Amino acid sequence: MATCSFLPNALCRFPAISDQYIRDARKVIDEGFKGLVRDYSSVIDTIVQPLQWFLNYLEKLFTNSPWIVVLAVMMLIVYFASRSIRITLGTAIGMVMIGVIGLWNDTMITLAIVTVSTLIAIIIGLPIGILMARSERIQSAINPALDVMQTLPSFVYLIPVVVIFGIGKVPGLIAVVIYAVPPMIRLTNLGIRLVDREVLEAADAFGSSSAQKLWNVQMPLALPTIMAGINQTIMMSLAMVVVASMVGVGGLGKNTLQAINNQFFTFGFMNGFALVAIAIIFDRASQAFGKRLQKHSEVVHG
Amino acid sequence: MASHGIEIKGLYKIFGPCGRDHVDAVKSGVTKAELNEKHGHVLGLKDINIVMPAGGITVVMGLSGSGKSTLIRHINRLIEPTYGEVIYDGIDICGMNQAQLREFRRHKTAMVFQKFALLPHRTVMENTIYGLDIQGVPRTESTKRGRYWIERVGLAGFENHYPNQLSGGMQQRVGLARALTNDADILLMDEAYSALDPLIRVDMQTVLLDLQAELKKTVVFITHDLDEALRLGDKIAILRDGQVIQQGTGQDIVLAPADSYIAAFVKEVNRGRVIKAGTVMRPLDGSADGLRISSQMTLENAAKEICETGSSRAVVVDAAGVPVGMLDLQAIVAAMVTPAGSEAARMAAE
Repeated sequence: MATCSFLPNALCRFPAISDQYIRDARKVIDEGFKGLVRDYSSVIDTIVQPLQWFLNYLEKLFTNSPWIVVLAVMMLIVYFASRSIRITLGTAIGMVMIGVIGLWNDTMITLAIVTVSTLIAIIIGLPIGILMARSERIQSAINPALDVMQTLPSFVYLIPVVVIFGIGKVPGLIAVVIYAVPPMIRLTNLGIRLVDREVLEAADAFGSSSAQKLWNVQMPLALPTIMAGINQTIMMSLAMVVVASMVGVGGLGKNTLQAINNQFFTFGFMNGFALVAIAIIFDRASQAFGKRLQKHSEVVHG
Repeated sequence: MASHGIEIKGLYKIFGPCGRDHVDAVKSGVTKAELNEKHGHVLGLKDINIVMPAGGITVVMGLSGSGKSTLIRHINRLIEPTYGEVIYDGIDICGMNQAQLREFRRHKTAMVFQKFALLPHRTVMENTIYGLDIQGVPRTESTKRGRYWIERVGLAGFENHYPNQLSGGMQQRVGLARALTNDADILLMDEAYSALDPLIRVDMQTVLLDLQAELKKTVVFITHDLDEALRLGDKIAILRDGQVIQQGTGQDIVLAPADSYIAAFVKEVNRGRVIKAGTVMRPLDGSADGLRISSQMTLENAAKEICETGSSRAVVVDAAGVPVGMLDLQAIVAAMVTPAGSEAARMAAE
């Protein structure tokens, strides 16, 4: 602090506004925000109600069905997506091991929320990505928002989510979607922007309307990139379900949280590996599906 | 048979944010270099006036950067003109609104591209009927028409292949089939054969000429290859730096190049394949007996016929079979070698 002896005080210690002001401001904002939420609580409830129903329905379906049925359906889906015996067998082995260590039910709960959040992320992300690809202005408006969503610590936006929606599955779901939707939007936008200009010109020359151009040319050609976006979205929802367990999401994430709190070393790793197993299953299946969609570009003639 | 020609009148294209503001300057003589230097705008086309006859092949020839691809894109308005008119069937294409333009593109024009521009995720059949899909023609009908044209361009059996599985020449056949299936009056071919091997190129030129003899569409063909231009073009327009420097039939251009630039091109041309018997024939003297050749026959073919029959002269007849002149081997050879006079004149001009 030797330098401070000859520097004016304002240049030495940062002249922050007084604690009193910040306290007041925080109070006003927090109160106002909570008041707003209180006033509109019924509206908010009606809006999120369908999500609640859907999530509950899927969770019940997954947990109440006999495990053998769930496993068979999973293997079928994985097989038809990837057309690979290896990936299908890997899926079966992974799921059986999860069942053996007693985490079947928790895994089903996690699967339900990941499925719902991925679907929602696609439903939200795809149109936004398309809009972004069509207009420079929309792109420059949405990009900073996506940057914030991807860099803001996930614990921070859990706070407004909890204030608005309370504690429970649906707030957790919303937090997961916020975290998982940016890659979907970005890669849809990128995929459409990367479509060959010559092909677009040909579409124009034959008199395509912009909707025809979108569905006949841009979306099919952007599909591999969009599939990569879906893959990323799934991976990020899997990562986020653990954090979302702090606001009341059950499943593997809740177990992990318990393990942290109680220093259950083995239990924590068992849950962790179960998450890794489903992550690998989703990743391999969706990537193989994406590759299969591009089979037309595989055989290249010299 | 196409019923209407295309008329391009006083067309200007200036690339840049406010090209319109510089049209008058260009009209009053500002050059391409000045415009680029002082205003940062690029002069693409300058005062283009071309009449493209109905049912004929008009070739626009020029080197890269001459504005030929820009010009062809004004006919279906893939590029917005800065100033001027493109008239088809009494309507100015430049004045159409978006809906009219879309209808015009769907029903009146079809285009073949240099790099094929096929849709990689669609099969040959699906690519061929792309234009019909856009028009909303049901698949049962469109596949029937698609199959016909796939066969006509020689791709029968490849209907279910993807473009990536085909060679360049075959891909361009798909491009041609896609354009023909549209059944439009105007066929725009933007350097359609420039990316192909020389042999395949000649092959595809033959395909086009054979089809054209039957279909009589109004074809606009862009190329940088004078041999291709002379082989295909009923009419040729030569473009340089965005301006038409000469237009006429192949013969006109070969026999009387407008300037040294064109003369330099023409020097390398096989004149025997361009100049017609009717152009160099002498007035008929003596009897009109012996070998008869059409006045539209090229000198090369005339020479071949004369040699094969063992004579040294032939009588030239017009389309109705009436003798109009005569031709001997010496005259043919004299016309086929590049005249020394034109070479000397070119040297002097430089």
